[in-house]
Amino acid sequence: MKRLARLLEFTLNGRDRVDAVADNILLLDFLREQIGLTGTKTGCDGGECGACTVLIDDKPALSCLTLAATVQGKRVDTIESLGHDGRLSAVQRGFHEKLGSQCGYCTPGFVMASAGLLRKNPNPSDEEILAALGSNICRCTGYVKIIEAVKYAAALNAQGVAP
Amino acid sequence: MNVNVPARNIGGYVPMIDGPEKVSGRAKYTADIVAPGQLAGRIYRSPYSHGEIVAVDVSEALKLPGVKAVVTGADCDKGFGVLPIARTEFPLARDKVRYRGEPVAAVAAVDDATAREALRCIKFTVRELPRYYTAKDALAPDAVPLHEDKPGNIERDVLFELGSTEQGFAEADLVREDTYNCAEVCQNQMEMHAAVADYDAVRERMTVHASTQVPYYVHLMLAQILDMDMSRIRVIKPHVGGGFGCRTETLAIELIAALLARKAQGTVRLVTTREETFITHRGRPETDIKLKIGMRKDGRITAVECDCNQRGGAHSGYGVVTILYAGSMLYAIYDLHNVKYVGRRVLTNTPPCGAMRGHGTVDLRFAFESLIDQMASELGLDPFAVRRANFLTAPTFTDNDLMVNSYGLPECLDWVERASGWKARKGKLGKGKGVSKGLGMACSHYISGASKPVNWTGEPHATVKIKVDFDGSVVVLSGAADIGQGSSTILVQSVAEVLGLDMARVRIVTGDSEVVPKDNGSYSSRVTFMVGNAAIDAAQNLKSLLIAAAARKLEARPEDIEALGEVYRAGAQDKGASFDEVVAEALKDSGTITVTGNYSTIPESHGGKKYRGAAIGGTMGYSYSVQVVEVSVDEETGVVSVDKVWVAHDCGKALNRLTVEGQVQGSVWMGVGQAMSEEAAYHDGLMLTANMLDYRVPTIKDSPPIEVGIVESMDPHGPFGAKEAGEGSLAAFLPALTAAIADAIGIRFNDLPVTPDRVFEAIEKRKRALEKHTGTGCA
Repeated sequence: MKRLARLLEFTLNGRDRVDAVADNILLLDFLREQIGLTGTKTGCDGGECGACTVLIDDKPALSCLTLAATVQGKRVDTIESLGHDGRLSAVQRGFHEKLGSQCGYCTPGFVMASAGLLRKNPNPSDEEILAALGSNICRCTGYVKIIEAVKYAAALNAQGVAP
Repeated sequence: MNVNVPARNIGGYVPMIDGPEKVSGRAKYTADIVAPGQLAGRIYRSPYSHGEIVAVDVSEALKLPGVKAVVTGADCDKGFGVLPIARTEFPLARDKVRYRGEPVAAVAAVDDATAREALRCIKFTVRELPRYYTAKDALAPDAVPLHEDKPGNIERDVLFELGSTEQGFAEADLVREDTYNCAEVCQNQMEMHAAVADYDAVRERMTVHASTQVPYYVHLMLAQILDMDMSRIRVIKPHVGGGFGCRTETLAIELIAALLARKAQGTVRLVTTREETFITHRGRPETDIKLKIGMRKDGRITAVECDCNQRGGAHSGYGVVTILYAGSMLYAIYDLHNVKYVGRRVLTNTPPCGAMRGHGTVDLRFAFESLIDQMASELGLDPFAVRRANFLTAPTFTDNDLMVNSYGLPECLDWVERASGWKARKGKLGKGKGVSKGLGMACSHYISGASKPVNWTGEPHATVKIKVDFDGSVVVLSGAADIGQGSSTILVQSVAEVLGLDMARVRIVTGDSEVVPKDNGSYSSRVTFMVGNAAIDAAQNLKSLLIAAAARKLEARPEDIEALGEVYRAGAQDKGASFDEVVAEALKDSGTITVTGNYSTIPESHGGKKYRGAAIGGTMGYSYSVQVVEVSVDEETGVVSVDKVWVAHDCGKALNRLTVEGQVQGSVWMGVGQAMSEEAAYHDGLMLTANMLDYRVPTIKDSPPIEVGIVESMDPHGPFGAKEAGEGSLAAFLPALTAAIADAIGIRFNDLPVTPDRVFEAIEKRKRALEKHTGTGCA
């Protein structure tokens, strides 16, 4: 099978890089299979669950519905980018300390969607939290502690911990 | 007398020990094992629901460049299955296919695109047979049996009558009978099924990473399917993205991956799609229930007669146990006598069902609580009063010999009644504009592990090892599978508690058959109870050993040593020896210390022999749960919103309040899905709902606030008094919801899920009937 490919220049988790990518490879598969960043999860057959959420130019996006080639010149942040000096970010602490994560499989997607929310809106209302996380599915928590986690993260963020 | 250190690791809000890995993307799940040179596996699945296999022609697939191995039913003539009595399923179909999507062949290729291309080259021919998609059709007198040894397509029938229902109904002031239908539901755990099999052709060894709840079963089944010595197999369970029961069984996926790896003499990564994960199924069967209950004016239940049909799917799976559980678990929540149960597990041309959270109990509990709620209202009794009229008195044995030692149901009732403001608010919520509000309540219960494991070997039910070496770290070795419920956290807490140490000093290794002791696995909520007790035993054995070493070092009698965690001393005046010093002293005896802890259930808990299968349901401790649900029903659209859930759960003792709350909320919420939106639907055997848009899991916007009350009945046998917390709360949501809807709009739904279209239709139907009755309708 002949494949069309191109050179992709973009910024991944704060680092500029140049990669040869096939035109038909999804950002999700590129991150996981080609680069080896497996923190971003595949949870469905396309756009159903939100587990693959990453930030593209700070906005949450489903990497399973994004062709890798389309992030040319953009900033992509995955779950691996969070945390500073070996410490967890505010959202990560929220999900850990408030048990917003049980089996953990949906967690990278929820964490990135929440980080995207707090970067744009550091003090979200309940409705804004629900709207921001409305397309992410979790099968363990019933979402109760996820909402607590995001509120706690917002409070930590207000104290200066990066989201 | 050794002084005990006051509790500090137990009973608080303790985040999970593997949380930092999960929130940072470092936690590796099976599909995350990406290595150069590994092959991609793909499964060819039957497009037919029922047929005799004429040919599986893989010759064209084998010719495709990049294809390294193709396997079919011809590569394995051994059956597998979770129950030793029902190992009738083949990893790849032989002779017959029995459901649409059943694995027929599999391919390993250099990459996924080639593997998918190879699937398109496979030619599959069958002679089609009649197809049965409902229990009723499969039970028809002229139906062709799916399995030759199961005439009439009955996997298992159950019949028992304890006491006399005839006499019981005669004593009743009110007898009511009704029918209920609960749709088939799926676990739909977030991680899709996956396996990575690595065959070492030089040493003839197989290593399999699998997304399983029970690595031990996978190990057993791999040995059987591969016809390999168990000592040549290693099973590793990485992080697992949920299970909820479908991964209790070994699934065809890990077996197929291993067959491919051996044939290709390499490593095969087999990651299924979401659609395939749905089709692999093992969820809760569609259940039809006919229930008859007799009740006295004071609410006392005098007799119960229950008929239960489960559409089990194409293979046995856990089916025999599920249909038995449904009957036996009528008991152990209320004081029942005069009970008759008839159950049928039916084989159909749909994907196999299995053990889903609340195994066997959920649909029957829905029916039971619904009917007594309805009868309470007819008798003018408060639903709480009806439950209170039927309490067990622990300790006791039920009529079917289930041992009940702790019973927090009364306290659970009190808590939700108070927290929800039931007395003041019930019936007084009022009506908004087109919206009616209502309150409903119900109870449920569950086991803390089956007292007799599926594979009964005579070994202790659970074994835990602890290793201590020169570095002074306490390393717990356990085969218990943490699938997100937090079992590793509970074991570390328990060991740290007994030793009086900070949790930071205690580490845990799990999930690798080469290193950790065998464990019966994470199913039927057994781990906290069984493995927790084994961990306590191991820690106590370690403590005795350390006390002996401290006594030697401090030149004191062992009974005078105070073990204070980081310090061991011989009385308050003694400055004592540090933990590290005591360990160093103990190492002089034997070098590296390893201690063993065991736990075995007591024979009294094994259930009875009063009828065939009566041992199912036997456990060391039952959890209890009560819920109050508040709903708003929009009578214009039929949309039901759950405004709030109050749930009290008797978990004996909350070892970790954070994870208990999380488990209870998750259980209730899974009940929300089953009750309101989830349903596996088929068209001509094809699952129509094999994705997360059509299989409607509640989103964060649909999900109610869930307030948890923890009731601690302190079970005499539980670890620190604990019982299960992860399943028992699911079932009560279903009947509490329909009771709340009945309270709001006066219509009771006996069929699940209660979707907006069903509510709308029922409201319209009532309107039409009313119009007809009053003659106000249009012509």
